[in-house]
This record gives sequence, structure tokens and C-alpha cells, in this order.
Amino acid sequence: MAQDQSQPLLRISGVQMRFGGVIALGGVSFDVGHGQICGLIGPNGSGKTTLFNCISGIYRYSQGDIQFEGRSLTNLPRHQMAGIGLGRTFQNVALFRNMSVRDNILVGAHNTAASGYIANALRLPVVRREQNDADRRLHELLDLLDLRQVTDTPAGAIPFGWQKRVELARALMTRPKLLMLDEPAGGLNHSEVDELADLMRRIRRQLNLSILLVEHHMNLVMRVSDKVVALEFGLKIADGTPDEVRAEPEVIRAYLGDTQEEDEHAGAA
Amino acid sequence: MRNSWVTWVFVLLLAIVPTAVFSGYHLFQLTMVVVYAVAILGMAILVGFNGQISLGHGAFYAIGAYTTAILMTTFDVPYWVTIPISAVVCAGFGFVIGLPALRLAGHYLALTTFALAVAVPQVLKHRWFEDWTGGVQGLVIDKPDAPFGLPLSSDQWLYLFSLGVAVVMYVLAWNLVRGRIGRAMRAIRDHATAAEAMGINLAMVKTRTFAVSAMYTGVAGSLGAIAVAFVAPDSFSVFLSITLFVGLCAGGAASIPGTIVGAVFIEFVPNLADKVSKAAPGAVYGVILIAMLFLLPMGAGGFLSGLWRKAVGSRMAAIGETRPVAAGHEVGVGVDLAGSLSTADPVHARRGESVKP
Repeated sequence: MAQDQSQPLLRISGVQMRFGGVIALGGVSFDVGHGQICGLIGPNGSGKTTLFNCISGIYRYSQGDIQFEGRSLTNLPRHQMAGIGLGRTFQNVALFRNMSVRDNILVGAHNTAASGYIANALRLPVVRREQNDADRRLHELLDLLDLRQVTDTPAGAIPFGWQKRVELARALMTRPKLLMLDEPAGGLNHSEVDELADLMRRIRRQLNLSILLVEHHMNLVMRVSDKVVALEFGLKIADGTPDEVRAEPEVIRAYLGDTQEEDEHAGAA
Repeated sequence: MRNSWVTWVFVLLLAIVPTAVFSGYHLFQLTMVVVYAVAILGMAILVGFNGQISLGHGAFYAIGAYTTAILMTTFDVPYWVTIPISAVVCAGFGFVIGLPALRLAGHYLALTTFALAVAVPQVLKHRWFEDWTGGVQGLVIDKPDAPFGLPLSSDQWLYLFSLGVAVVMYVLAWNLVRGRIGRAMRAIRDHATAAEAMGINLAMVKTRTFAVSAMYTGVAGSLGAIAVAFVAPDSFSVFLSITLFVGLCAGGAASIPGTIVGAVFIEFVPNLADKVSKAAPGAVYGVILIAMLFLLPMGAGGFLSGLWRKAVGSRMAAIGETRPVAAGHEVGVGVDLAGSLSTADPVHARRGESVKP
């Protein structure tokens, strides 16, 4: 890892987010280190996805700061996020449904190339070079994520579990330093969740990146994370290794709770 | 790769044949097919590939036509020099009109561009510009003769000239849409938020695509003006914009070969309708159009890619066997989408998106 290790990769400090009178995030702070897999957990409505959207620039937080490699993300345009090394997937899969799997993944290479309209229309040598580079990485990712069989199929026509892998490949194509996954296990069955856990560890090792994982699936989070942050009602209630967080009374109360309704939540998770 | 080259050379040779076979009015009609094809190609780049709906491309066609006519009559510029100038002028107009388009989507954008199409003929008639535009009378331009003493009639030369320009435009468009920029355009069409997260600058791609689209339709206008040898405001009424849109839908919005089918449709179907019924050609045209959209709901291009998808669909079933795919409903979604999705038509695509699990 060649990065500057003196500061965390992602630093979230005192982030507040309000929707009208509702406080969705009440000043959340934590760090994600280099090469770390950080799990973000919490019951429904605890602010996980809100925080995720604050980091990726969908929401503009009202107070606090988010820094990536020491650089504030507060006023960074959304289309520059990929360029500085923030890759993401979406909760309900946001693929380009009419485009082939190949083209979906190649869109991820957009920020790693620079050729414009005229260069493309004339198919200048620079375009060919970029295309060769993108194709080489495409093939690596097709192998890594086992997508060879569907390369030329429209992304909207393949099964949901496969679509999730396409989305992951597309995010990896942007060459992220931090890969942000929004509920990657949602809609997957048991064996697919197991595969996902292996895959995440393999990706981290092979591609040398950090992962921020927002997930309902407790088992998955506890299995793959180096560090877990738990939220409830927009506040951080625990922050530490999976074992520490599991033992935290606040977390046990939030998840296992004392009411029947919360019990069902834990069961669903 | 080699195969596709052979195909293209064959198509090109086939396109040159009419010069020898047809003459006069029939050749002129084919010239207009080529002209409309380029105009529809411009719309396909914007509507089909980028998902921005325009009902006002007749305006860019008119601007291109008038640019050429004014340059030829007022400034004595040779006809072939007016083409690149017209391209630049129309790209400029397209870029400027693309700016408000950033804040408008779907039918709002369609209405705004429609207003443009309504306004342009009136502006062309306005007395401020009368010295240049010739007002209501329009401008008559000289029909160019074949250069270098080639033994071709004026009609034959115009056909070949238009064909040559069109071939260049098609090659450039093909290169554009299959590369990095084309992928960015289609990504914005399919899912703007995800496209942005991949590092695509939405505003930049949308305005530039608008400019490219206007440039194509404007160049078509220039070629059309030279072929007809006359421009007048009423040739570029709202109806022209609608006609181009019909051609786009008939060809299949996101299909480059489909634009040629669309051009054939808008050039010949009105004539056909006229032959069927002198009394109500509009009604016949309407029936043919409805029949066409009923039989090929995604246009000619959509029909072809639909055939391809059927082949792919059977392959997906095979994958389901070799590898267990989650719960049953997910397999169902795959099949569902294969049946209802369209590569060609963004409107259908959006409908497909609501069928999420």
C-alpha cells in the first residue's frame, strides 16, 4: 500500500443531517482505515443509508465534515467522486438495463480515460489505447466475478444475483480506493451470501482497497468486517471489532430489544 | 471484423447502383431518403442513445438549410463549403438550446423543443432578417453540376454527393456511439444517478450530445436545401419536426441502421398513402403508421435486436440449469424482463425498470 498511512482513508466527523424537523443523523463520527473492511449496521431508520448518501454526495449534510484522504468532500461534485477513488454500488441495483454486461462494466472505466467527442468520432489512436486498457481490466473483472457467460447479454435480462455482481464489477472498474457497498446481500440466498463474503475478502486482498459495507445481514457483517460501527436513531452506539460490538449492551438492546417488534427486526436481519 | 467490412462495402456499392438505374424525380426521392436518414441519425443520437426527447429537430434542419442558402446566395460560397460551416453553426445552436434542456426532462423537454419548432418558421419570415432570408418568398439556389467534367447529370451528382457526406456522418456516428462517449450517453439514458457515480459529468455529456445531434440534423438541412434548390419558411413547419420524429420511431430510436428504414418510411409512405386514397391520404398514412407500430413496436431496429434477444434468452435459461439462481422469483424477473425490455426504445425501457424485484 503506497498511500499515506498517517491519516485514515475516510474520516467522518460530526455529520448532521436533517429532513425538515427530523434529525436523521445527529453528529456521527468514525474513521475507515486503509485496507479495512468497515461494516455499518443498525436497525431500519437508524441512518445507515442516509450516511451512505452523505458520503456519496447524494445528500448535502448540514453540519460536520467528511474527508477522503484528508480532502473534504463537502463541495465535491458527484461526478468527481469516482475520480478521487470512491466507488459505490446501489441498494436496489442501478444497472444500465438496456446495455450489455460488457458495456455496463466499461462505463466504470469512464473516469480512467479522457478521450472526448472528436477523438472518439475519429477513433484516434488514443481511443484505441484507452479501449485496450479498459478491455484488459474488463477481462480480469469478468473472471474475478464469474461473469463470462453473460458478457453480451443486456444487464436487465440476467438474474438479480448476477446483476449484483455486474454492479460490483462496474464499481471496481473505476479503480476505487474505497468501495462503498449499500446492502450487497439484499435479495441474495444463503449460498450467495457465503460467496459474497469470500468475494469481498478476495477483492480487498487482490485489488488492495478498503470497503465500507452498509448491511442488514448481521452474520455477513460480523464475518467479514475488521471494524463495525453501529447506529441507532442517527447516533453512533458502538464502534470497534465485531466481537466488541457484539458484546456492547446498547447494540444488544437495539437489535434484540425488549419489544416484540424489534425482535422481528433482528429475526429479519 | 472483416465480415462487417465486406458487408459495408457491399451496402455502399448497392447504394451507388440507383445512380445508374434511376433518374429525375425517383433519384431525387432517393437523395431525400439519404438527407432524412442523416437528419434522423441526429435525432437517434439525442433521443435514442441519450434519452433526451426532442420534438423540435425541424428547427435545426431549417437552420442548416438557411445557413447553406444564405451563404450560397448572399456570399457566393460554393455549395460544398457551406456544409462544414452549417455543421458548426448548428452545433452552436444545439449547444445553446441544450443548456435549458439540462433542467428539463421527458415531456417537458419535448414541449420546449416543440416550441422551438413552432417559432423558427416565424423568425425566418420576420422582416429583420428579410434581406438575408428572402422573407416569405424564401431563396432560390443554383443546382450544382457534377465537378471535374464527370459525365453525370445534376441529379446523379447530388445523389452521390449527399451519399458521400452521409457515409462520412454515419462512420463518425458509429465510432462515437460505440466508444467511451457513446457508453456515457447510453448510461445517462438508462440511469443518470448511477452514471454520475461512475464519473460521468451529466451536464457536459448532455449539452455536447445536443450539439452533435443538432449538427447532424443541420447538415441534413444543408444537403436538403441543395437538393431541393430552394428554401422557404413554410417548408420547415412544425410538421417537419413531427415527420422526423415519426421516422425515428419507425426506425427504432437507438438503432443506427434503423435510421435508414425511418428515412425510407417518411419519404415513401406519404406518396404511397396518396396513391391509395387521393381523398384522405392523411388517414391512410395514419393507418400505415399504426400498423407499423403495432407490428414492430420498437421500430425496425428494435425488431432486429429483439430477434437477437430471443437467442440470448434461451442462453439465460441454460445458465439457470448449470447454476442455481437464488429464489424462484428472480428467475421469473429475468424472463419477464427479457420479454418486456427494449434496447431500442427508452420509453419502454423505463417501463421495464418498474418491474424490479
